[in-house]
Order: sequence, then structure tokens, then C-alpha cells
Amino acid sequence: MFTATALNRRSHRNQSVAKAVFCLMTVALVIPVLLILGTLVVKGAPAISWDFLFTAPTNNMTAGGIFPALVGTIWLVVVALLASVPVGVAAALYLSEYAPDNLLTRAINLAIVNLAGVPSIVHALFGFGAFVLFFNMGASILAASLTLAVMTLPVVIVATRESLQAVPHAFREACWNMGATRWQTIRKVVLPNSISGILTGVILEVSRTSGETAPIMFTGATAFLAFLPESVFDQTMAMSYHLFYIATQVPDAPEELTYGVALVLIGIVLMMNAVSIAFRVYLRGLKKW
Amino acid sequence: MVGGAGQEQLQSAGVSPLYDEPPIIEVRDLGISYGGKPALRSASFDIYRHEIFGIIGPANSGKTSFLRALNRMDDFTTGMKVRGSIHINGKDVNDWRNLYALRSRIGVVFPLPVGLPLSVYDNVAFSPRLRGIRGKAELDDVVERCLTRAALWDEVKDRLDSLGSLLSGGQQQRLTIARALSQEPELLLLDEFSIAVDPVTTMRIEDVLKDLRSELTIVLVTNLVQQARRLADRTAFFLMGEVVEIGATEDLFEGSVKDERTTGYIEGRYG
Repeated sequence: MFTATALNRRSHRNQSVAKAVFCLMTVALVIPVLLILGTLVVKGAPAISWDFLFTAPTNNMTAGGIFPALVGTIWLVVVALLASVPVGVAAALYLSEYAPDNLLTRAINLAIVNLAGVPSIVHALFGFGAFVLFFNMGASILAASLTLAVMTLPVVIVATRESLQAVPHAFREACWNMGATRWQTIRKVVLPNSISGILTGVILEVSRTSGETAPIMFTGATAFLAFLPESVFDQTMAMSYHLFYIATQVPDAPEELTYGVALVLIGIVLMMNAVSIAFRVYLRGLKKW
Repeated sequence: MVGGAGQEQLQSAGVSPLYDEPPIIEVRDLGISYGGKPALRSASFDIYRHEIFGIIGPANSGKTSFLRALNRMDDFTTGMKVRGSIHINGKDVNDWRNLYALRSRIGVVFPLPVGLPLSVYDNVAFSPRLRGIRGKAELDDVVERCLTRAALWDEVKDRLDSLGSLLSGGQQQRLTIARALSQEPELLLLDEFSIAVDPVTTMRIEDVLKDLRSELTIVLVTNLVQQARRLADRTAFFLMGEVVEIGATEDLFEGSVKDERTTGYIEGRYG
């Protein structure tokens, strides 16, 4: 009665094969990550020192540190966040909580998804035309950050919208039925329960913004500055562009230096992701249903 | 005889529905549709103060749609269209300038309990706070009173700070009722409240509802024919968007039914 039929045995075999294939793919995925990280650490770690992080490049960028680039990247990220987070969160709130579900709303949602698919070099040229030339900002942190903001807006909007929509509709109905306005409902019930997802989106944006090169090349990044930027209207060095520059334009830069810059850059991004994960874990602990 | 027992209780509470006074709800030629698909067709009836008005009928007969129209939820529902008129307290719900004021005086209880992801205390204090009540003592008072009325106070008084959404299903449903009562509603709409509640809790809630009749008017949508029989003063039978029959609950259950379909449903031949 309980003996396995041929069908049982076949199902069991198929299941084992499926599991093996998925496992193999996962391993294949991990290999390049380990290779990249391993290479960077082995070749770049010797370059990293206190001086490397906190001094400016010297000798035509073949020696010295990366301090101006590090500071520049922080400037770019912060200004880009200031521009894109309020706009993105507000737009997502409107689209998810207020906008009627009609053709226009769907078209806008589609446009946002498409914006996420636009290559970064196109964003770069757009930013150059719009911010640097048309709005006459010149090559500056402001123009570069706004370009980055436009590029990463879809990330913020989509992440925010998804986390808003993860809040069960029944909660909203319950609030509306008690006479709460949409805004009261958002403030008291929806936002507190979607904030973790929104923050995750923001941190994703940070790691993406800090790594992008093309959008800032034409709009505000410069290969070498001996001084630090003092306002958003200054040009600046940036980690990603610095890496691109010494790797392609400075043939006699020691290999160790290039790898060191790459290691610091990827370190920044990984750190952001780690913060994001820790945040998510923490906030998920607070999740209320 | 269950109907008789209900009648006695009503008399002992000293309140009966005010059939001589103008109705609290007047429904005239009400039609509701979703994206062109009709859910309720040309319904006309009145509901009186201090009445428990039962609505029975199988799924998709327009019961919930009627409740949603009362509360003007069409505002929040894409594609929901309401024709005809509903007057509450003599005033057309479409003429209400501040709908939030209308909704704040109508308590709603859903089929599945919705404990908001807030503490038990904040769940019940939500509506009073919307009304601008800020004082701690006053809020404490409202919270205790409403939880007591909903037969939940004894079970949660020591953990008012824990999450409402973590209570058991039956407790959450009583929390929802406490929340509805905190609105100081004139009108309480119950939509199949006992679906996710065990029979004992259901009976406790039913007792609460009988008591509440002296203070407010209750519209009770239910899948359980016997629940309508136990609670409702008058009962309406909805079927596929049509109001087939409305009458005193006793009459409906004791044979003097005009429509064959009503008898069929009550006796469980379909539905």
C-alpha cells in the first residue's frame, strides 16, 4: 500500500535534479563575486592606509591619496538624495494613494519603469544639456547631482510604491470608514508601516549613485582638483570618475593604486548595502502584522 | 422560540424601534454598479432608529455594496457608481459637504477583523483622536468604556500596549467593534462579523449588539439566517442585486412570506 510507484520514483528523481541545477547556478553566481572581491582585496589592500584615504593625489596622480574624490562622492550623493528623495517619495505617495487607476496613471507608471531603463550615458547627455547648459549651472556638483537624481528617481519611486502597496488595503479601508482622510490614513498607518521599504530604496539609491561614472563625467566631475569643493557650484573629484581616469588616462599609475581606489569604492557600496540590510532586519522586527 | 426570546429581551431593555418617527435611513431607488456591472438594483426601503435591521442573502446579492454606499465608500472605490438616493437623518448622503464627518458617525465592522497595526489602546483611541480629543484622562476613559462594551476589556486591560493585530481573531473582531463604538456612532454597520469568530464569542458579541440597540441603530448583514432571526427586528432578503422581501423578522421566519424565493433561502434549499 505504501510502496513507491514508478511515478513516485520519477517525481523524486526530477526533484533531486531540479535541486542540483538550482544549487549549481547559485554557486556559478557566487564565483565571479568572489573573484572580483578577492582580486581587489589582494591587489588593492596594500595601497590602503590612513594617508591614502586622507591626502590628495600627487605626481600627476601616480601617487598620493584619494581624499578629494572621497569628499566629492559624499557631496554628490548627499545633494542627489536631497533632490530625489522628497520628489520620489511624494510622487510615489500620489501614484499609490491618491491617483485614480486610469490610463494616465498607468502611462505614468510605465514611463517611470522606462526611465529606469534609460542608459546612464543618455542621462549624462541629458544632464549636460539641461542642467549645465540650459539652466546655466555650469559643470558643478549641483548639475552632476541633479543628473544622478533624475537617473535614480525611478529606484526611489518604485521602491516606495512597492512598500506602500505592501500595506494591506484593509487597513486603509478601516481608517477611511472611521472618517479619516487619505492624508491622516497615510500619516498614521501607511507610512509607519512602509518606512523600512522606503529606506531600503533610498540606500539602494545611495550605493548606485556613488558608483555611477557616466552621468557625472560631463556635468561636474573633474579629473584633478587640489582643493575640496566649497559649495554645490564647484566642480569636484569623485571616486568613480577618479578610478576611470587613472585606469585609462594615467598609464604610469601603479597597479596597486588603481586597485586601491576600486577597493575603497566597492567598500563604500558594500557598506551602504550592509547598512541597508541591517536597517531592514531591524525594521522588520518592528513590523506590526 | 428564539424570536420570542429576542422580543422579551427587547422589552426588558425598555427600547423598541421607533417606527412612528421619521426613519434614520431612507433608501430610494438605489442602484449600485461596479464598472457597469450591477450589484444592486432599484432598492427602496427605510430603516428606523433603534432598530436592528438584518440583511440576509447569498454571496453577490449586493449586501456589502449597500453598506459601502451608506458610508460613501464610492469615493474611494474606482468604478463604483451609485444612482438613486440615500438619506441619513433626512439629508442626502451626496449633499454632505464634509464626508469625513458623515463617516465618523458611522461605525463599520468587517467580515475579517482588521486590527490596525497599532497598540490596542491606539486602535480604540484612533477615532477619538481624529475628533480632536487629546487629553490622556479622557482618552483612557473612552478606551476603557468601549473595550468594556465590546466585552474585551478584561482580556486586554493588562496589555493595552501590545499590538492590536496580534490579538486572536475573535479578540480582534471585538477590538474592531470597540473601535467602531469609540466613534460614538449613530449607526453601526456589521458586515458578516461572525465569519472569523468562534460560536461562543459570536454569542457574546450578539449580546453586546442587543444591548446597543437602545443607543443606536444597527444594520446587520449576515450569512447566517439564524443570526438574523436571533437579532433583527426586521429583515431584508437580497438576491442577486434585488431586494426580494422586507418584513418583520418573525413574519419572515414564520411563514407569512410573499415570495417563494425567500422561503427557499430561509429553509436552506439554496444559497
